[in-house]
This record gives sequence, structure tokens and C-alpha cells, in this order.
Amino acid sequence: MYATSYHRASSVEDAVQLRSAHEEGKYLSGGMTLISTMKQRLAAPSDLIDLRHIPALRGISIEGRRVKIGAATPHADVAASRDLRALCPAICDLASHIGDPHVRHMGTIGGSIANNDPAADYPAGLLGLGATIVTDRRSLSADDFFVGLFETALEEGEMVTAVTFDAPEKAGYAKFNNPASRFAMTGVFVAKTASGVRVAVTGAGSDGVFRHPGFEQALASNWSADALANVSVDSSNLLSDLHANAEYRANLVKVMAKRAIAAAG
Amino acid sequence: MTKVTLTVNGRTMSGECEDRTLLVHFIREKLGLTGTHVGCDTTQCGACVIHMDGRSVKSCSILAVQASGSTITTIEGLAGQSELHPVQAAFKEHHGLQCGFCTPGMVMTAVDMINRHGGSLTEEKVRAELDGNICRCTGYHNIVKAILAADAEMASGRQAAE
Amino acid sequence: MGVEGIGARVTRKEDKRFLTGKGRYTDDMTVPGMKYAYFVRSPHAHAKIVNIDVSAAKSMPGVIDVLDGRQLQADGIGNLICGWMIHSKDGSPMKMGAWRPLAVDTVRYVGDAIAIVVADSSGEARDAAEAVVIDYEVLPAVADVAAAMQAGAPQIHPEAPGNLIYDWQIGDPDAADRAIAAAAHVTEIDIVNNRLSPNPMEPRATLGIYDSAEDHYTCYTTSQNPHVARLVMSAFYNVAPENKLRVIAPDVGGGFGSKIYIYPEEIVCLWASKKTNVPVKWTSDRTEAFLTDAHGRDHISKVKMAFDADHRITALKVDTIANLGAYMSLFSSAVPTYLYATLLSGQYAIPAIHANVRTVYTNTVPVDAYRGAGRPEATYLLERTMETAARELGLSPAELRRKNFIRSFPYQTPVIMNYDAGNYEASLDAAMQAADWSGFATRRSEAQARGKKRGIGMSCYIEACGIAPSAAVGSLGAGVGLWESAEVRVNAVGTIEVLTGSHSHGQGHETTFAQLVASRLGVPIESINIVHGDTDKVQMGMGTYGSRSGAVGMSAIVKALDKVEAKAKKIAAHLMEADESDIVIENGELKIAGTDKTLPWFQVALAAYTAHNLPSGMEPGLKETAFYDPSNFTFPAGCYIAEVEVDPETGETDIIQFVAADDFGNIINPLIVEGQVHGGLAQGIGQALLEGVHYDENGQLLTASFMDYAMPRADDLPSFKLSHQNTPCPSNPLGIKGCGEAGAIGSPPALINAITDAIGTNRLTMPATSMKVWQAMHAAH
Repeated sequence: MYATSYHRASSVEDAVQLRSAHEEGKYLSGGMTLISTMKQRLAAPSDLIDLRHIPALRGISIEGRRVKIGAATPHADVAASRDLRALCPAICDLASHIGDPHVRHMGTIGGSIANNDPAADYPAGLLGLGATIVTDRRSLSADDFFVGLFETALEEGEMVTAVTFDAPEKAGYAKFNNPASRFAMTGVFVAKTASGVRVAVTGAGSDGVFRHPGFEQALASNWSADALANVSVDSSNLLSDLHANAEYRANLVKVMAKRAIAAAG
Repeated sequence: MTKVTLTVNGRTMSGECEDRTLLVHFIREKLGLTGTHVGCDTTQCGACVIHMDGRSVKSCSILAVQASGSTITTIEGLAGQSELHPVQAAFKEHHGLQCGFCTPGMVMTAVDMINRHGGSLTEEKVRAELDGNICRCTGYHNIVKAILAADAEMASGRQAAE
Repeated sequence: MGVEGIGARVTRKEDKRFLTGKGRYTDDMTVPGMKYAYFVRSPHAHAKIVNIDVSAAKSMPGVIDVLDGRQLQADGIGNLICGWMIHSKDGSPMKMGAWRPLAVDTVRYVGDAIAIVVADSSGEARDAAEAVVIDYEVLPAVADVAAAMQAGAPQIHPEAPGNLIYDWQIGDPDAADRAIAAAAHVTEIDIVNNRLSPNPMEPRATLGIYDSAEDHYTCYTTSQNPHVARLVMSAFYNVAPENKLRVIAPDVGGGFGSKIYIYPEEIVCLWASKKTNVPVKWTSDRTEAFLTDAHGRDHISKVKMAFDADHRITALKVDTIANLGAYMSLFSSAVPTYLYATLLSGQYAIPAIHANVRTVYTNTVPVDAYRGAGRPEATYLLERTMETAARELGLSPAELRRKNFIRSFPYQTPVIMNYDAGNYEASLDAAMQAADWSGFATRRSEAQARGKKRGIGMSCYIEACGIAPSAAVGSLGAGVGLWESAEVRVNAVGTIEVLTGSHSHGQGHETTFAQLVASRLGVPIESINIVHGDTDKVQMGMGTYGSRSGAVGMSAIVKALDKVEAKAKKIAAHLMEADESDIVIENGELKIAGTDKTLPWFQVALAAYTAHNLPSGMEPGLKETAFYDPSNFTFPAGCYIAEVEVDPETGETDIIQFVAADDFGNIINPLIVEGQVHGGLAQGIGQALLEGVHYDENGQLLTASFMDYAMPRADDLPSFKLSHQNTPCPSNPLGIKGCGEAGAIGSPPALINAITDAIGTNRLTMPATSMKVWQAMHAAH
């Protein structure tokens, strides 16, 4: 790791101010990706602004069917929330399969989506749910937020503070692990929401998380795995690597979508 | 250099380090507690697992400065005043270790697992919960056996206490 | 067997320190004034070094010095060597290219060490390493073994035209050809044995300490054989004479072969310690381990197996190409020859065998022994071929194997080995029963109803271990003898120290060796200490690999115990005024047989050390040394059965059950033996399903971390069903054969046979990842 300077923020305002004072700085939440990347010297922020000690960023609140998850809420807390599980078990299940137990104790939802790893789980969940990403300065729809590989709509110094969404009527997530990294080699989140059916795919797209309109249309008229039987998956924009080429990933997208439907019930 | 203060195995300990110092290196090199190991660079092998504020974490992916102020338990402090923690005893009884390198992380993981799922662990659940720990020697067979035995032992201990 | 003696399930003496964080591994060692090393390594697979500029690096914060290969060469440090001479079939010696510990002119694989930075902290050392400026002239590279043999391929060493190291053969080519021509059936198959990274969980590390006052070096290192390390560093690398070099291998976190070899880093850190006058510690990170630890396997073979009309094998013909990487590692030449082709008879009576083996250089990290070393390659080849033949001949896999089993011993194979004992059918029967083979058809239909493809496969393996008779291996080209040593010291108070040349890095020697002593002397294992891993403490020894520590290392202890007992009996007889031949050892005491007159060990020991009243002419003391040289290899064998379910939608394989039936001869500690089998199985299953090293066409390593190299994890594996059969080994005093490698040797073909059975196509290579299985299913339809 290259040398860096650490700052512990006590509030959102404090964090934003610290960040603006350090042009080459970065926000540090759970650090489960950032620290690893820095260890490999693939990232070299001059300063780290630690968000883990800001109480306002942590916790899950529910009003009616409206869910709000603080950006610094660890995956383990999302996985274990009984109140959230009662409303939207799919997001709890998704959180319970991110990384491993130790990673889930540190890693946070805000850190995950701000990084937007193309194989991360939360981007599929939030895009599938049609969630809203709240930052220190605005609110963004998930459709606008996730831009590409490791790329989001966040501006310089902008910080995710929370995500919100309305609990869907039904939702499910199925993922097929990369056998080595255990990241999603393909993960599909399906949701039947008030504004329609949404299907989001992670781990497979060469531009990161994406929605699958073909699946969405098919499921809108027939919410069942069978509805996907004749919908094709275009492999031309899918990732190819050692463990899965695009053709195999296209197959996985469909199989995982069917399994996500089954999980959603 | 920044001063880092931790409560480690019940004792307050301080040391100076660079901000880029990883918690695992601080524990090993500044505090001299070499039971916590480093087996990979990518947050996967789990040889470095400790408990921070009561939860299992990978100390290779946390900066020492991030952890400052927290309460840490390492493998050296697990048993407290007893000779061996029930999980350590079960690993010995069931030959859940060979070269010993992954063992501290495995044991700390097992204790955390039992803390969260005590009494309800199954073989499948244990194997899933070991997702973040790699062992190259045992084929996991006896690790799984040891964790299930420790879980049963600790559950019966809790029952007896109630 | 007593509760602590031979055959007892004794929990391990060494466990407490590992369980409480008190294990002492090389990276745990610190000494006053110690500094940290980081190696500058080649980012190119093949390049000329035009210039090295260390000036910027030297002025970086915390930097003590930056040293390169020219300085190392100027100080007379020698080339790394391969210690086993193989001659090609034309009689020419193998073509060994020079391997400098720090490259001087040319780098030949990504990770080849070029310079060492010594600094106050590891972070500063790495910072400075990035500031070392090296001008390269990049050369074309080749990583693939077949491509390296083609005309026009990049030439890696001037000594080896065509990148060919040797072209070796064993067996009778004409006999094999004749039998194939006359055969009723010939099975032909191409076999690929995938390249693996050993990945012990403890990365390699070394701490070099030079004492200028004594002109003496100490090397802490992650070694399976510290004495061999000292010998080689003294005799060949010219680091220091043996009496000025102490090598200590403390607790070592797994080896699996990869820590047999003496790597550049040990040599360079010792040398750098003298140059800088500070102790120098280097610890590999995991990516460095992938880049620089010797890899394993990497064979491609063409196989022909001939059968008569009665389905008896009449011949086996094998043509193998093995990748040895960019340099010849310490035992690399022996692995695809004498550790591989000599096992090609398997468990079967095959009258004619011929194997031709070519080894080649590529721009990849050196390849050497990895758990099983040659024997997994032989077993995979044979057992895939047997399975294929059974399918072609319309026989059950068990039937074809039974028909061809060797049934009388000793049995001389056409490929050197002389099998001393075995009962292959006993293991086959035990495995089939444990797996409920006869109930498989029902289980398959039940799985089919659930939409899953179920398959079952077996593998009958044999290996040669207890390596090895020194004269035999010497005649085959080995540069060392493969005996083992032991010293048994009975202290004056009756406690016992055993000094062994074996090295434990997970095998539990501190327990099993103590069990042997407890059995023989009747003393509790708490009073016995096993000492190993330090050249200043232990007499010369050969270390631990090739499942040799039981069969060879413990046999040496037996010999030393024989001598101790003989002397103790003389003393006891003298003290109790009895005849020496009447003294027996029982319950920790020396006793006059048939009487109640006894002397406890401590009194005999005390008498030996006070020397007030010893038999006339006897030397004081009670301490004996022995060197044991085995008379033959040992031949563990067994049968493994895998039952799998394949998900036809994803190609994912789920192991429903894995059965292992092994004949290891007599067993010292079943608890530990089972653990060894479990671990071996996990590595074999890893090879079959998950693990594979991949270089791209430019020689860049694509699988350089656990993010890309799939290590078996707990949820990839089932619990295993084990059993043991026992035909005691007649070749050593304990009747033991060794168990460390069997699991890794026998399991891969069982898995692949099961998966190909499930999916109904035989074309599948390891690792059988979900994608490859899915592709195989689709290609077949």
C-alpha cells in the first residue's frame, strides 16, 4: 500500500468537508474493496475519510412499505434485519450471500454501490428494486446511478448517505458464484414492483449491472419461470473470462433469472 | 505516525504506526501477537480473522487506525483464563488442524459462527459459513466435525446454565 | 496397542501451540536490527536486461541498500541446480540452462528475481522496489508446452535447442508395439494433466542473519528439509561452508512439495545480510507465491492400451510431454520420469509397457514435485484409460479392473518397480460396499426424476513412496541418498528426546514419532520430545516429502531404539545381576522376565550417566544414532469412488459422496492418517474440479491470486467415507507404507470418471469447471 493519511469523520458534514479539503482523497466505509485495492497498489488515495463512525449513516428504518438503509450499514445487519425480512426478504438474502461472514461484518451497502463492481450483488438488488440513492446533495434513481464498470453518477466528493426503496410485491435473487473469487459470475434480481416488473443482472455485463427488458416484458404478462423459456439472452455484451465465457454467461443469466423467480415465489 | 489504542484481549494497548499499516501487521509486529496470520492479499483466506467489537473481521483488510478505539480479541486471548476455549478443545479432539497456519482464523471464525447460530448449526450451514476461510491441509472434514461438536458442547453448557 | 502407543487415536501433542496462537513460523521471527526485503521481479516472461538503475531507489526513505545480480555473481554465489541427472535415450545428459538467483542478463518468467531492496519496513522496501528502473529488451515468450516444441518457438536457454531438456524412455518399445499390433482392442486417449499451484497457506518466508564476528550465517526458512537446504547452499551455491551455516525450519505452514526446493530468496537474503550487515527478512505475499513457488503437474500425453480378446491388458504405450518451466528446479527432472513412468503399471499385470517422456522449457515458473509428484499423473492417465476402455468394451469398470489386478507378490513390473505386497481387490470391494455401488442405478433414476444427471466413477491407484533406497535412486541419477537419520537420547532422569531428520509441517510427527517411542519403551508420550528442523541440533537428515517420514524416518528411530534398548538391557542386567537375555521392557520398566524384579527407565538412565556402576568397558551415557536406508519403495494402494450429480442447466457438479479405501499397511495413528487422506482428497478434488494455472500466450500469469485461482473451500467438498485395508509392508520394520499423498493421487480420475459417466460424454479435461461440463454436455448433443 502506498502512504496515505487517515481522517475519521464524525458527521456527514465533517466528512464532506474533509473530502473537499483533500483533492486526491477517498471516502472509506467498510473498506472491503478499497483496502484490498490499495494493498495491491491499484489505488493510491492521498487521504482516507472514514465514514464508519457517523451514527446517522448507519441503520435500517421502515415506514409503511418505505425502506431506508443507511449507507454505512454493514451487509450483516441488512441480512439479519427481521423487520426488513418481513417486507423484502430478497434483499436480506442477497446481503447474506455477499462475500463471506467477515466481509459482511465490515462491508457496507454505500461502499458497495459507490464502487459499483461489475460482479457485486447490491447493484443488481437496487437496480432491480428501482431504489433511490440518496447522497449528501441529491437523490438519484438506480437507473441513473449505475453508469458502467466501476462507474457511477457520483460527482467529485459526492457521498452516498442512504438508499431507499418501496418494498416490492415480490422479489428474488439468484446468483452463481465465481468458483475462485466467490463474487457473482452471474446474479439476477427480479422484482414485481408497483411500477412494474424489473430484472437486473450483475456479474455478466461488460458494462456492469444492467436491466433485461426482454425478461421484464415476458414476466410482466406472466410472472413465472416458464415465461422466460423463449426469451433469448444476447451474449454480445457479456463478459468473457477464464471461468465463464459470454455464451456460458448468457446461459447463466437465463437460469439464474428462472431461479430468482422461483425464489420470489 | 499515528497513535493507535486498542483494547486487546482485555488489555489496553497502544502503539505508533503509519496510517497505511494494516491491523494484522499492527497486531503481529507492534503488539507481538503473532498468532494472527496473513495467507493472502485479497481478503479471502481468513488466516487473519479476529474479533473486533464482538464480530469476526479480516484484520488484513482493515487499517490499524480504522480500528483505533475498538475492542479486539485475538486467538491468544480467546481462552481467557481457561486452558482452551471449547472450540479450541474440539479442534484438538477432532484433529481439525494440521500445519496450524489457518487454524487461528478458523477457530475465531468458528467462535463467531457459534455466537450467531449457536445450537442450530448443521454440516451444510457450517460449510457455508466457512466461505471466508481457506485450509489446504484438512479438506475441512475434521474442521466441520470439530465446529459441530463444539456447538453441541457449548449449547449443552448453555442449557445447563439456564 | 496402548492408549498412546502404535495404532492409538492419540490427539496431537503439537496442537495446543497452534490453537492458542503460539505456533512459531518463519515470519513470526524477529531479531534485533532486522530489516525487510522486497524483490524486484520481472514483469516480462522473456526479456534481456539492458540496464538496471538503482540510484533513485537507493535514496528512498528507509532504504538500506539495493543489490543486483551482478554483485551476487561477483561475490561468487553459484547457480541454482537440479539434483537429479536424467539422460536422454540417445545417451546425452539433460540440457540444464543456467539459473541465477538474481537474473543478470536475461529474465525467463514473470516473477524472475532481479534485485533485492532492503529497507526499514516492508512498505518502504516495496516503495523503493518500484523506483528501480530496468530497461528491458522484450523477447518473444512461450508458455504452452506444445507451442514450445514447435519449430520457430522462442528459444529459452542456449543450452537446450528446441527447448528440449531430455527425450527419455522406459520399457520395451518393440514389445509394446507388437502387442498393440496383435491386440483384439486398443483404447486410445489423449490425457491432459492440468498445471497446479501448491498454495500451502503459509507463504514462503526467510530470515537471513549474518554474524560478522563469527563469520556465521543463520537462515530461518519455510523448508521441508533444512539439512538439504544447508547442503545445497553450501556445496553448490557457495553461500557459506556447512559449519558456518545454520538452517532452521521452525513451524512450517504446509508444504506439499513446494517447500522442498531451495529458492533464490533464501540464498539472496543470506548474502544480502552480509552485504548490508543487518538481518534481512523476506515474506512472500500470495501473488508472489503464485508467481514464484514451483508449480506442479502440467503434462500432455497420448496413450494406447491394448487388450486381448479376454479383456486382459497386453500393452500400454505412453507418449508424454512435461512442462518444466523456465528453469530446472531441484528435483524437477525426476518427477515426469522415475516418479511417473515407473508407476504406469498401476495395479495391473501389464506385460509390455513403453513410455517416452520429453520435457521442455517454457517461459513459466519452474515446475517440480507437488503432492504426489508424478504418481497422480500416472494414476490419472491409467485410470481414465481403464474407464474409457471399460466403456468401449462394454464392461463394468470393476470387472475390467478385477480381470487385470496383480494378485501375487512380489511382482516385478516392466518399469523398474517391484511391488512387495498388496491386495487390490480388498480395497475395491470395501470401496464398492461403502459406496453402495449396487444401489447406484436406483439413485440415478431418482436423480433423473429431479432433473439431475448422476454419475459414479472409480479409480484404483498405486503409488511408490517411502522415498527411497539410496543406491537405487543413485543408479537412476539422484544426486543425494534418500535415507533418514534419528538420534534417541534418554536423559539422565529418564525423559527422552528424539532428534529426527524428518520435518513436520502439518503431518503430526511430534505425536506419531512419540507414539512409536512410547510403544517401545513404555513411557508416556508427555515425557518424549521430538526435535526437528534445526541443523545445529539434529544430525544430517533428508527431510519430509514423498510420504517418507513414517516408512523411512520412523524406521531410523526404530534402529536407534534397538541400540538404546540393547544398551539399557545390558545396564539393567548388570545392576540386577541378571542375564542380559532375560531382560524385557514392560510398562516403562526394565524387568527380569518371569520375576517381579524391575528397574524404571530413569534408574537405568541415571546409572548410564553417573557411570558409577556400569558393565566393564561400557561407555557412559544412553544416546544412540541410526541411519536407515530403505531396501525398497513402499506401495500404498487403494480404491476411490466418487458419486456426483451434475446440474444440466449450469454444469455444476455436486459431490454426493466420496469413498476412499486405502491400504497403507500398518497405521501408527488412525486420527492423523485420516486427516492426511482428507487433505489429499481435497487437493485431488481441487485439481479435478477447480484448480488450474493459466498463463496467457505472452507468459503473463492469469491466475495470480485466490480471486482467479479457485481453491477448494468447505462448501465445495463433502465429508469423506474412509476405510483401511492392511497388507503390512514387508520392506520396513514397522510394516508401514505412507499416507501423505494417496488422496491427491487417487481422487482426480474417480471424479472425472464419475462426471463423464453422468453427462454421457468422455471428452472432458480438468479442472471440470461448471462451464467446461456445460460445454461438454452441449458439444455432445
